[in-house]
Amino acid sequence: MTERLLIREGRVVDPTQGLDDFRDILIEDGVIREVAPRLPTFPEAKTLEARGLIVAPGFIDMHVHLREPGEEDKETIETGTRAAAAGGFTAVACMANTTPVNDTAAVTQWILERARTVGIVRVYPVAAVTRGLRGEELTEMGELVDAGAVAFSDDGRPIRSTQVLRCALEYSRMTDRVLIDHCEDPDLTQGGAMNEGYYSSLLGLPGIPAEAEAIAVARDIFLARLTEAPVHVAHVSTRAAVELIRWAKQKGLPVTAEATPHHFTLSDRAVYERPYDTNLKMNPPLRTDDDVTAVVEGLADGTIDAIASDHAPHRLDDKRVEFDLAAFGVIGLETAVALALDRLVHTGRLSLRRMVELFTVGPARILRLPTPTVAPGRPADLTLIDPDQAWTYRVAESFSRSRNSPFDGWTFRGRAVRTIVGGQVVFEVSSQPAG
Amino acid sequence: MTGRTEPASDMTSPGRWHRRHLLAIEPLSREEILTVLDVAAAMKEVSQRDVKKVPALRGKTVVLLFFEPSTRTRTSFEIAAKRLSADTVSFAVSTSSVSKGETFLDTVLNLQAMAPDAIVVRHRSAGAPYFITNYIDACVINAGDGSHEHPTQALLDAMTVRERLGRLDGLKVAIVGDILHSRVARSNIFLWHKVGSEVWVCGPPTLLPPVFRQWPVRVTYRLEEALEGADVIIVLRLQLERHVSLRFPSIREYFQRYGLTRERLKYAKAGVLIMHPGPMNRGIEIESEVADGPDSVILYQVSNGIAVRMAVLYLLLGGATVP
Repeated sequence: MTERLLIREGRVVDPTQGLDDFRDILIEDGVIREVAPRLPTFPEAKTLEARGLIVAPGFIDMHVHLREPGEEDKETIETGTRAAAAGGFTAVACMANTTPVNDTAAVTQWILERARTVGIVRVYPVAAVTRGLRGEELTEMGELVDAGAVAFSDDGRPIRSTQVLRCALEYSRMTDRVLIDHCEDPDLTQGGAMNEGYYSSLLGLPGIPAEAEAIAVARDIFLARLTEAPVHVAHVSTRAAVELIRWAKQKGLPVTAEATPHHFTLSDRAVYERPYDTNLKMNPPLRTDDDVTAVVEGLADGTIDAIASDHAPHRLDDKRVEFDLAAFGVIGLETAVALALDRLVHTGRLSLRRMVELFTVGPARILRLPTPTVAPGRPADLTLIDPDQAWTYRVAESFSRSRNSPFDGWTFRGRAVRTIVGGQVVFEVSSQPAG
Repeated sequence: MTGRTEPASDMTSPGRWHRRHLLAIEPLSREEILTVLDVAAAMKEVSQRDVKKVPALRGKTVVLLFFEPSTRTRTSFEIAAKRLSADTVSFAVSTSSVSKGETFLDTVLNLQAMAPDAIVVRHRSAGAPYFITNYIDACVINAGDGSHEHPTQALLDAMTVRERLGRLDGLKVAIVGDILHSRVARSNIFLWHKVGSEVWVCGPPTLLPPVFRQWPVRVTYRLEEALEGADVIIVLRLQLERHVSLRFPSIREYFQRYGLTRERLKYAKAGVLIMHPGPMNRGIEIESEVADGPDSVILYQVSNGIAVRMAVLYLLLGGATVP
């Protein structure tokens, strides 16, 4: 029997159609059947009252570490995708730095199979650029794409050799898939624990200069020009990088970029105010207030194409250590959308429509996925948002296996309250206390 | 430079002292610095008696937790604690379970289970004393954390200057050497700024990057300029054991440019105080004739170290009255 779900009276925000209006949506067997201002109710259809909610195409987090296979004590495909659903994401792209590394079709297929079995949201594997992430020999990119890889990245490790990166970019062109680079000059950042600047000098911590990112971004931009291959800059954190990417786009070069919620929310001042809190240690590091401003400007003006969490689960034992010895990275799937609403939309720095773009069409275009849109015939992947609900994030209650969030105890205005994948509600906020 | 807070002491502390830990000079007020120095002056009298011991901290346990080699600082704290009748336990890295792979956290939790009253910690990682405060009830005293701070060193430097020159304000204090990696430099910069003196920092640009222009100091790469009219010169140890080799071409050139020599001393005021936190590299950052010369107060610093550490232990552990 046909399974029907009717979503009534939601405010549909769909940047692709230029739509921002109240619509009813009828879903049949996981596919959007009708979208209209007013639809009749079916007696046998489940009804979801969405009055006061925003209904958007399903959000995609294009930069997530699910840690499986190999580091299941940090995260698994099941727990990671559950956290994704709780954050409003209907799909995630997972990075290749697992054990074994996702550098063969077998690993890609295993991840996809595992995701089909236990995954809560859609999973798009990102395959390695080089074997073992060693930065030396290329992976079999053709076969990896055939197996289901959506992009290539050695994320977590910059590709040190410019020549290897050039070859990788040239070779990747036959696949029409983007290469995602962790832009960092590894010689300049060696031993660094936080942004190099006033606060690192106060705290006596070795610094990672902004220029380490800028130099690598500049290199990648010129390699994109040389090879005509698309380059995507992961987790942009500095004004210099934003300005370089803006320049590249003005020149028409195939360069895209993403930014993380922690980089548009926090600056290195936080490491001083919460002295040596290892949940403020990530790579790239939190930068200056001016860099935060530049990242927000880049998100608003189109220089940056996507918001991605860089969800990086770590064991407690890898964070409860001396700051310089602590692992880099924070979890972020459950707070990304709330931070975007609270810090960008409600402060007037980003329109709601632009925010939706950054979570949907932006990443979809980069990963060569079908355009997310609320239209008949499309898979019913939808993110429902209560833009005004006040709530407090408690990391102890996170669906992630890890607890390394810098936002524990933060109160936000706005969150995803329902996540629908293929017509199934995979997450709903159980109670909605009045803000 | 505000924003950092510490839990207020729930103990009765004399005078204007309300802190539970001594983690850094940076959050201290001028008044708190002067309180330590006043108490230290009283403590110095104890060290000059025939019986160098008062019962102020009888029954208190002080753990000396040293993850880096240190002779002078550890001995100084130990003598200070003993002169106040506290029991001391040394926990040095070579003799501890750290060498068996125990984590810093486990070491700290085990110490907590032994219920010490104070922990004096020296660690190679900046911020390690802050880390400890999250897991332990004892008072924590930073005896040097990475490149961050070494607060008792700056306090004993200040005590030495006040004894010799009778003041702390209106002085020109020159700090020379590896500013970038020096916890002694950081603690001293904050201290001298807070008490109203002018700090000049000097060293090769690789060890004194431009970010220090944002600090309350004057920056110069020319030693003569730093020494010009100086009342106090603090010569830093060139930490050859740390990764500084890339940052200058040779010890020879370092000494030529930044070594403190008799010839260079003529730029400073007559009667300038020459200080060094030790251990010295003679012939590298300072020539022996200067280190051992009439203007050197290096050994007075060591003596005052005991008094300052007695004062800090006493204030943190809440002795009722100044003995």
